[in-house]
Amino acid sequence: MIVTANPSGSESFFPQQLRGCVPGLEVHDSPEQRAAYAYDGTAALRAEPAAVVFPIDTAQVSGVLKFATARRIPVVTRGSGTGLSGGSVPVDGCLVLCLTKMNRIIEVDAENLTLLAEAGAVTADVAAAAAGVGLFYPPDPGSMKISTIGGNVAENSGGLRGLKYGVTRDYVMGLEVVLPDGEVMWTGNKCVKDVAGYTLRDLFIGSEGTLGIITKVLLKLIPPPAARKTMLAVYDNMENAARTVSAIIKAKIIPCTLEFLDKVTINCVEDHAGIGLPREAEALLLIESDGHPAAVEEEAAAMLAIAKANGAGEVKIAATAEEAASLAAARRTAFSALARVGPTTILEDATVPRNRLPEMVRCIQETARRHHLKIGTFGHMGDGNLHPTFLTNEKNKEEMHRVELAMKEIFARAIELGGTITGEHGVGLAKKDFLPAAVGELNVGVMRSIKAAFDPQGILNPGKIFDPLP
Amino acid sequence: MHCGMCLPTCPTYDLTKLEQHSPRGRIALMRAIADDHLELGPAFGEEMSYCLGCLACETACPAGVDYAHLFEVARADVEKSGVMDNPVRSSIRTALLKILFTHPRLLRLVGRMLWLYQATGAQWLFRRLGLTRLLPAKLRKLEPITPVVLPKFSHQLIRPVEKPADGTRYRVGLLTGCVQDLVFADINRDTADVLLANGCEVVTPPVQPCCGSIHGHNGEHAVAQEMARRMIDLFDPFAFDAIITNAAGCGSHLKHYGRLLADDRDYAVRAREWDRKLKDVNEWLVETGFRVPVSEAAESQKVTYHEACHLCHGQKITRQPREILQAIPGVELTELPESDWCCGSAGVYNITQPETAAILQERKVGKIASTGAAVVATCNPGCHLQLVNGMRQAGLDIRVTQPVTLLARAYRAQSPRG
Repeated sequence: MIVTANPSGSESFFPQQLRGCVPGLEVHDSPEQRAAYAYDGTAALRAEPAAVVFPIDTAQVSGVLKFATARRIPVVTRGSGTGLSGGSVPVDGCLVLCLTKMNRIIEVDAENLTLLAEAGAVTADVAAAAAGVGLFYPPDPGSMKISTIGGNVAENSGGLRGLKYGVTRDYVMGLEVVLPDGEVMWTGNKCVKDVAGYTLRDLFIGSEGTLGIITKVLLKLIPPPAARKTMLAVYDNMENAARTVSAIIKAKIIPCTLEFLDKVTINCVEDHAGIGLPREAEALLLIESDGHPAAVEEEAAAMLAIAKANGAGEVKIAATAEEAASLAAARRTAFSALARVGPTTILEDATVPRNRLPEMVRCIQETARRHHLKIGTFGHMGDGNLHPTFLTNEKNKEEMHRVELAMKEIFARAIELGGTITGEHGVGLAKKDFLPAAVGELNVGVMRSIKAAFDPQGILNPGKIFDPLP
Repeated sequence: MHCGMCLPTCPTYDLTKLEQHSPRGRIALMRAIADDHLELGPAFGEEMSYCLGCLACETACPAGVDYAHLFEVARADVEKSGVMDNPVRSSIRTALLKILFTHPRLLRLVGRMLWLYQATGAQWLFRRLGLTRLLPAKLRKLEPITPVVLPKFSHQLIRPVEKPADGTRYRVGLLTGCVQDLVFADINRDTADVLLANGCEVVTPPVQPCCGSIHGHNGEHAVAQEMARRMIDLFDPFAFDAIITNAAGCGSHLKHYGRLLADDRDYAVRAREWDRKLKDVNEWLVETGFRVPVSEAAESQKVTYHEACHLCHGQKITRQPREILQAIPGVELTELPESDWCCGSAGVYNITQPETAAILQERKVGKIASTGAAVVATCNPGCHLQLVNGMRQAGLDIRVTQPVTLLARAYRAQSPRG
């Protein structure tokens, strides 16, 4: 499709032209619609797009990109907007490409153990479709009931089962991607083994919408575990919980879930879910083992002993599957529940090697004390992935300044301990200042070159991860 | 907080997948207006009317955002701004909200006329002659769902004070409602019977004002306050152990008189006490330990339960009606899939947004049919009517009733009284 450049250079009327250029495309540009797409799940970030489009197939996505490329209009792709690093927050005057209406699950292939879905399919629906044929899609981000699979791939989302089963990347076999010039590319396939050339697929995973628009996702499924056992270990001190995690890993046990909640988080979650978490505890570990029934029993017994030896007071074992599910569900709401404490909830995503967890936990506590800040901490402790969460008020400038200082110190310490600034939420806007320190200038330089190769005009999600190209 | 946990629970977002039709989107619009990023215009007004106010988002919200309050304030702002005003809408609103629903005697008079029209066969004749064609399009669609008015209203069925036969344990006030009074006065009688059977002296003033819920939910804040004051004048909360409502939508509003009248020096104290005393009948019965009916001859019937949004989301009452149903001899309670998903009634939503309401109604009826139940129980007159109409349109022979009615019948079956 050939489109003429916008002669006036004004953004205000391009939505009308877009309607003409891409037949059948749903284009929204009322002030209300633009305001409703000015944010994602990240606190305190907002910018209004010029228009929001809802393609219903790959051809429309391709049409939109051809249009945008011809006019150098920035394109920010999003699904349900549950991201926590500002990855899908618009840049002023951009086009938001919302994929929630491309949400079909196209195929579940029980012979090859794969599932093909459009990018806008909700993650929980993908997992349910797999379960429908007796298969298992393990990645389960906290927001899986609403987040989209395309968004999970673009952010390489983790989840509660990451410890044993890995993250989204470990289940992506292939992708359909629309490149900025509108070309539609497939990378990957149903082959378990394939080493033909570079694994381009992997470049798009975690690319945060900066290299191409993921429109379809081919996922690997696995057989579900036969048995499952869930425990809740109660601690009167946070470091003992961290030590338990280190000890479990050191004992060469990999449970599927090893989640951590501190006292503030426990109480906020309990306020919401009311499932009877011990409010007096300083820390909780939610531990789940799954697999062969005999192995699960053995693993659970060993972990119980380790927890006790490392200072756990009580260890409760979920009596029923419902009880286990409600514990996991409560943990999933931790981040949002923390919003009960302060008007602004800023979530961090510091990750360290697992033997350094006790030091990281101590650092977070000390930082909070030193800067007189409220920080609730929870996270995927088995992955070394902690979410220190600042409970603050963005209107209090002085406090926000202390939050920034504390954040810097926490990230610096995580990097010092051999860790990283984000385990699963992505860099987006929120953490791009810390990226060079985390990965080094050389890495950032290579990333920029890759970006330039795919998106020479820099129209895809500009300003995210690292600064836009000149 | 805008985490999006509310999105999958919102019926309108589920239908359109558009952010502005979600709770998070609506709050973002409210905030954009408050922060001067957006002007309050007709599109915002329409968005606020498109929201069902089912409050499923409140149940889902881990952060505890009080959507109900934000929503009411937003609707009041829309009315204040006048962006939705046109002569027809304004006169309908005045007639309904400011005249009809503030004058209980007038409402009963209209109800009486409607009853006459229905009972004398005039409605039948009107329909039979095809005269509905003469109505404007919007009314034509509404005509078939006109509720059937009962021959007797609450004050003709319930004496102002009734005492239990076996001694008084509690003294309670009974709210008869407005729509409930015209269309389901028999359920008010059932409620009184159940309360009497459980040792409550029941005080039921024959003329009661509307509770103001319809005003509160439709942006008429000042009228809602006035109705609350009249209600408190009628039922002094300090004189009762409880004030009982059997309509979920009213209950959800009635429990917030404290907030509504917080700045009213003359009423604030009584309003707070009112909130404490106001109980949904299901809640009260379970809280005080209701008598389990015994009946040897009870026929077994499969019953399912549809949760009124303003009971389960608005008041967090989910366990109690089920407990009551399960205690009734012969009731085999079958869970309804998506029992807490809105049926589309939502106050006057099925009148203002008939298309969305119909989609939700159809979905609900399908789920009810899938349970194989012969009876569906619910706790709100709006849902009750919506389900009755839904069953009729689908040609299904599933009876709609309320838990309190089934309980009253069970009590009657065991003793000849009543």
